[in-house]
Amino acid sequence: MTFEKFIFYVLAAVLIISATMVITRKNPVHAALSLILAFVASSGIWLLAEAEFLAIVLVLVYVGAVMVLFLFVLMMLDIDVATLRAGFIKMLPLGILMAIAMAAELILVVGPENFGLDKFAAPARHAADYSNTEELGGVLYTVYMYPFEIAAVILLVAIIAAIGLTMRRRPDSKYLDPANQVVVKRKDRVRMVSMDAEKG
Amino acid sequence: MKALTNYIKSLFLLELFRGLSLTGRYLFRKKFTVMYPEEKAPVSPRFRGLHAQRRYPNGEERCIACKLCEAVCPALAITIEAEPREDGSRRTTRYDIDLFKCIYCGYCQESCPVDAIVETRVYEYHFENRGENIMTKEKLLAIGDKYEAQIAADLEAQAKYR
Amino acid sequence: MEFFIGLWEALPDGLQTVIWILLKIIAIILPLMICVAYYTYAERKVIGYMQVRVGPNRVGPKGWLQPIADAVKLMFKEIIIPSNANKALFLIAPAITLGPALAAWAVFPFDEELVLADINAGLLYILALTSVGVYGVIIAGWASNSKYAFLGAMRSAAQIVAYEIAMGFALVGVLVAAGSLNLGDIVRAQSGNGGLFSWFWLPLLPLFGVYVISGVAETNRAPFDVAEGESEIVAGFHIDYSGMAFAAFFLAEYANMILIAALSAIMFMGGWLSPFQGWPILGPLFDWVPGFVWLVLKTGLFAFLFLWLRATFPRYRYDQIMRLGWKVFIPITIVWIAVVGLAVVYQLPWWFD
Repeated sequence: MTFEKFIFYVLAAVLIISATMVITRKNPVHAALSLILAFVASSGIWLLAEAEFLAIVLVLVYVGAVMVLFLFVLMMLDIDVATLRAGFIKMLPLGILMAIAMAAELILVVGPENFGLDKFAAPARHAADYSNTEELGGVLYTVYMYPFEIAAVILLVAIIAAIGLTMRRRPDSKYLDPANQVVVKRKDRVRMVSMDAEKG
Repeated sequence: MKALTNYIKSLFLLELFRGLSLTGRYLFRKKFTVMYPEEKAPVSPRFRGLHAQRRYPNGEERCIACKLCEAVCPALAITIEAEPREDGSRRTTRYDIDLFKCIYCGYCQESCPVDAIVETRVYEYHFENRGENIMTKEKLLAIGDKYEAQIAADLEAQAKYR
Repeated sequence: MEFFIGLWEALPDGLQTVIWILLKIIAIILPLMICVAYYTYAERKVIGYMQVRVGPNRVGPKGWLQPIADAVKLMFKEIIIPSNANKALFLIAPAITLGPALAAWAVFPFDEELVLADINAGLLYILALTSVGVYGVIIAGWASNSKYAFLGAMRSAAQIVAYEIAMGFALVGVLVAAGSLNLGDIVRAQSGNGGLFSWFWLPLLPLFGVYVISGVAETNRAPFDVAEGESEIVAGFHIDYSGMAFAAFFLAEYANMILIAALSAIMFMGGWLSPFQGWPILGPLFDWVPGFVWLVLKTGLFAFLFLWLRATFPRYRYDQIMRLGWKVFIPITIVWIAVVGLAVVYQLPWWFD
């Protein structure tokens, strides 16, 4: 076993264990933290596969931004485990059916008869100064230009829709716009009054 | 136009740079710090520090156990017990000040008709064990003996304002 | 001596590499830790001087041993674990904070040649690691099972997410201008005959400002230290930490500050390049100064700026922080990225040729 393989198996074990913990831990914060560990482990595996850009971006985007927001919400939740558990037995057959269906689909798509070193030759090793960031950028902005742009537009629409759906006017809110507050000058707020001193 | 100048002011952080230049100037100012154990800040003759009991020049203790200080003490820090001495004069057998309770208001000194209990300008003292915070009569008298010259001078200095 | 050489050659090749790398890591971490220790001393001195007092001056000559005394004190203090805290997470949080703060130095070029791991995606690596650092704060706040710590963690999470985007965009401008993600190449792209005027701070001035300010926000330093907010939520996320666990947070904060200062020097101030490069008389006059010295000087400049900011400005109010991050910085950076993109495409002289 080479050193690389050893690292791969370690990362794979961490990935599987943490992925299992995501669905078995009762505490949602622990589950989210396990998911972060799973992300980090899979990013390590991608690094082994010479996909540095994707590996780093996985950490940057998912671990660094998305999961922070997830945790932000999860930490403030007060989850009642009992109500979540209700109906577990009733739904179990359906759940098992779904799980089997998904597993079958996965195996059909990425099973050994479609992927494997006999089907695809192992990709050639690249030199140390090879930058797959540049490569990725080149492909993304030439061959896959339209899919990339369309995906970007869809995401933009999704962002605007999310903001539009959650935004609501609250007339009773005492909110003050900081933009107006920071331009306030002393003379807008303070009036100097000159008065005679009182006698007595 | 006003909005435009506001934008320019805030985008170029003009006011923040003015703040920075102020602290930047202060960086080179002469420092006020008093190097405490070597240097000491001046102390007023009215300074209310450690307590002391005084004596008359002939060595007789001044306190006549009138208990005015005990009555006036807002922190109830003073405990006095009194009995006639062999010569028949009224004296304290116990005069304790709990320095943990004391708030150093100086009322005891003001209420004292014979200038027996005073607060000195001594502020460097400490306790190492429990119980040492109770200043007994002996301790107070010892402090008074030690600093008598200073106490007398301080009282003299502020006498005309009383 | 020969015995050691023999011993070294007797080791297997893999082990030799590992030991060699470990030695290099120690050679970076050790001076860094000393810098961190003396940065805390410098902070107390500088802020003291700006407040017209002298700062620590009792331990050792002129107080030079103060950071060591502090370290010894913290080492001997007890680490208290709150009874209802989540023990594992509580103890792992300082490590998560400190780890990325130190690991980010791996790709940092100290000189033309002097870099531990000269990887192509160096900039991305640093961005990724600094974004992982926030977990230490969040986990610490949550695991302490304290309201104040939790509030601090929440504030810190929202703030860091907001400012990371602005910071990332500012760095996108740098990488567009330099045409590379490698930190060494970014510095090399700034060398030119204009000396300090060919560095990126001039053409990327808005991004430079945004980067430095969001760097302060990323490290939770005043005036963006709402995560600590000692006057509102006592000490924020590390309120329940003591002893070395607290010291780990402390070290991470200062290591991060030095990192941000050094990165500003690399990305906008020409890294190890001399400020007089290519100037008629001054240029050759300063040729003998090694690049590392310039880098340290520039880093020191930014490090001093952080202390200066802390001594000058009061803490931001929370909604104003959010406004600054989302409504001011992000639009500025996006606009300027477009400007830089156009300048690069049309070969704007003399920066982007």
